[in-house]
Amino acid sequence: MVRTYALLAWTWTRAAMAYRASFAIMVVLGVCLTAADVAVILVIFSHTTALAGFTRDEVLFLYGSAGLPFALCDLFVSNVDRVSQHIKAGTLDAMLIRPVSTWLQLAADRFTPTRAGRVLQAAGVLGYALAVLDLDARRLWMLPVMVVTGAVIFASIWTLGGAVQFLLTDAPEVINSFTYGGGQLTQYPLSVYGRDLVRGVTYVVPLAFVNWQPALYVLDRDDPFGTPGFVRFLGPAAAAVLALLAALAWRQGIRHYRSTGS
Amino acid sequence: MPPRRRPDHNPGLPLAGPRTGPGTACHRAITLRRCVSFSLYARLVRYGFRKHSTYVGAALAGAFTNSVFGVLRAYILIALWQVRPNLAGYDVTTAVTFCFVTQAFIGPMQLFGGGLTLPERIRTGDIALDLVRPAPLQLWTLAEDLGRAAYLLLLRGVPPMLVGAAVFGITVPQGPARWLGVLACVTAGVVVSFAWRYLICLSVCWLADDRGVMVCSLLLTTLLSGMMVPLPLFPGTLGEVVRALPWAAMAQAPADVYLGTAPIGPTLAFQAMWAAALLALGALATRAVRHRVVIQGG
Amino acid sequence: MIETDRAGRSFKVRGAVVHAVRDLSFRIEPGEFVGCLGPNGAGKSTTIKMLCGILTPTSGRVRVAGLDPSRARTALARRIGVVFGQRTTLWWDLPLRDSFELIRLLYKVDRKLFEVRLDELTEALDLGGFMRTPVRQLSLGQRMRGDLAAALLHAPEVLVLDEPTIGLDVVSKAGIRSFLLRVNAERGTTVLLTTHDLGDVERLCRRVLLIDHGRLAFDGTVGDLMATAPGQATIEEVVTRLYTRGRAVPPPVEPV
Repeated sequence: MVRTYALLAWTWTRAAMAYRASFAIMVVLGVCLTAADVAVILVIFSHTTALAGFTRDEVLFLYGSAGLPFALCDLFVSNVDRVSQHIKAGTLDAMLIRPVSTWLQLAADRFTPTRAGRVLQAAGVLGYALAVLDLDARRLWMLPVMVVTGAVIFASIWTLGGAVQFLLTDAPEVINSFTYGGGQLTQYPLSVYGRDLVRGVTYVVPLAFVNWQPALYVLDRDDPFGTPGFVRFLGPAAAAVLALLAALAWRQGIRHYRSTGS
Repeated sequence: MPPRRRPDHNPGLPLAGPRTGPGTACHRAITLRRCVSFSLYARLVRYGFRKHSTYVGAALAGAFTNSVFGVLRAYILIALWQVRPNLAGYDVTTAVTFCFVTQAFIGPMQLFGGGLTLPERIRTGDIALDLVRPAPLQLWTLAEDLGRAAYLLLLRGVPPMLVGAAVFGITVPQGPARWLGVLACVTAGVVVSFAWRYLICLSVCWLADDRGVMVCSLLLTTLLSGMMVPLPLFPGTLGEVVRALPWAAMAQAPADVYLGTAPIGPTLAFQAMWAAALLALGALATRAVRHRVVIQGG
Repeated sequence: MIETDRAGRSFKVRGAVVHAVRDLSFRIEPGEFVGCLGPNGAGKSTTIKMLCGILTPTSGRVRVAGLDPSRARTALARRIGVVFGQRTTLWWDLPLRDSFELIRLLYKVDRKLFEVRLDELTEALDLGGFMRTPVRQLSLGQRMRGDLAAALLHAPEVLVLDEPTIGLDVVSKAGIRSFLLRVNAERGTTVLLTTHDLGDVERLCRRVLLIDHGRLAFDGTVGDLMATAPGQATIEEVVTRLYTRGRAVPPPVEPV
């Protein structure tokens, strides 16, 4: 499956590389676009040394550790939320006659290699934050776990967004508030947000486990909302549950499409 | 004998005859004169409104997304204002209101770009049909865009404000004079935004790949219009420069008028100046496009 | 090779139940070349979608190459090739060559075999001139040839075509028809073709299915078809009679 995806993505990459100058410009612009979010953080911290109890470098750490899985998903999986476009254009039928899962085809369709710039940008910010923060080396094992869990969570949200479009073909933009909204939310410490919102993103849509809860462990800080210590390690479990839900929703969506037609 | 007047003759044009018929200098002058009637543009505004009112689902979905982002950004500003109250001359409530007002502007001012069908028409060549109409392309498109903005102001502008009011509480302009000022500045903001987007769209004519320009425009507009963070927060001279740029006229300026932190007159003048400058550039660009498309057939 | 047993498909449209296809039973043996006729809205496209696995039947049974399309979609996909006349199965923004490459990857066709097949199809369909052109810039005839090649690259046993000659000029139609005959004769590919063009039926199909109002109204050879209305000279007249059974017939238009 991974091999099929990689080969498909490579075909799109080759086609994009035929326009070298355009390719390079788009990579640079992609980096600039996401760097704008970093610029906002820097502007905010030009007026204060701490935001909701977190320093600038800690916020950059949060930004990078959420931004990296988000950018990875944006690169590899985000096209899954174009279900509604494909249904309207009739191209979903063309995918159903191929011997490959529709999810894979949708994810690989119009693979945009220029988004890789954003991955590098997020990794760069994360690297900077790790370098300047004085972190306990024994806690750093959580870092790769964070990135993987984060990627699974974002990918699941994107998949759920796509699955919903089998029913709500006319309003696909609603999904953006969960996918890109989730990306925006996780850039800052959750102590910035209200209690109800934080509860929502901990127990309903587990965005808190993308970077907040694991980061509390890595930074060795207490949760301002008072969740007990073991919650820091629930990330993989939350991601697994969400992924299962997303897979079921997707299958249901395809079944719905095939039993009602377009 | 003088030519007889036909009953359906347009009184704006001279009668046909040997001195005014085809081939004469008079005829050439008439056919080159542009049709500039107010009722035409009023109709185009209405048409633009009606065209976009068919996409209710998309507009409401956009309103939902804008509201969600408004809530997220508001929390961040609240956290900042907790450590620095009265930063940049705003208090907490004003800052939160600023947040939702700029989110409300996303729809009408199209701060994420788009809203014009020009790039597609340029790519397919249909732009040639638009250019031979007896009305300036830029004014025509502006009229339709104003209709679109009016519709989106209602459907994507009002909901985030309501959400902001419900979740946090927002400030509201005092008095009818200020409300009129807000309306004038919002309209001016739409015009500036249109003029910028129009220029970007026309650039498609000269570039093989328009995505780069679109992303560049997106970057400049989102960062410099005040949508991501209030422009007064930009430090020092950078802040002053940024507030003088056209993108500030799109969102920051009308937002400040709404909040009462800026006077109506000078703000309107600032917006009008940029609108005039960009529209003038647009007119030059249109002439260049006409030359390229209609005369050269490119 | 293709078998339906009282297959049916109904839709709920604004509260009412619409039977697009009902009680459809037919059997197509391997190597046959079958045409499918029917007035607009008769249920031909719905039938094709059920055979491909895009739509699941609401009643009855469908089997293609021994597989149930609604359960074994991916297994079946390797053994059938589909051409939609009104839409393309190619990738809109990519050059034709890249579309074929994606198909090779999706169907996991061995590279050497793929190159041989591609050369054959390029020759037979004259694709060489526009291999590097993006699909969206191709003319209708070129795109249709591209779609045909795309459907046959993985050497399927069954080829299903939904109005492949629609909108094509006379020369393009003739080219596609002779190609389809070759595919059926040389490789023994079973071909099922829906069409409005009776010229396709006359020149290509040994057997004809006529679907009207969702039911199978006729199943037999072209000769049998002509025999249903002795006295009618042309196939147009025969088919018009079958489409408009019992209803007022518009008078035939005489050539000027």
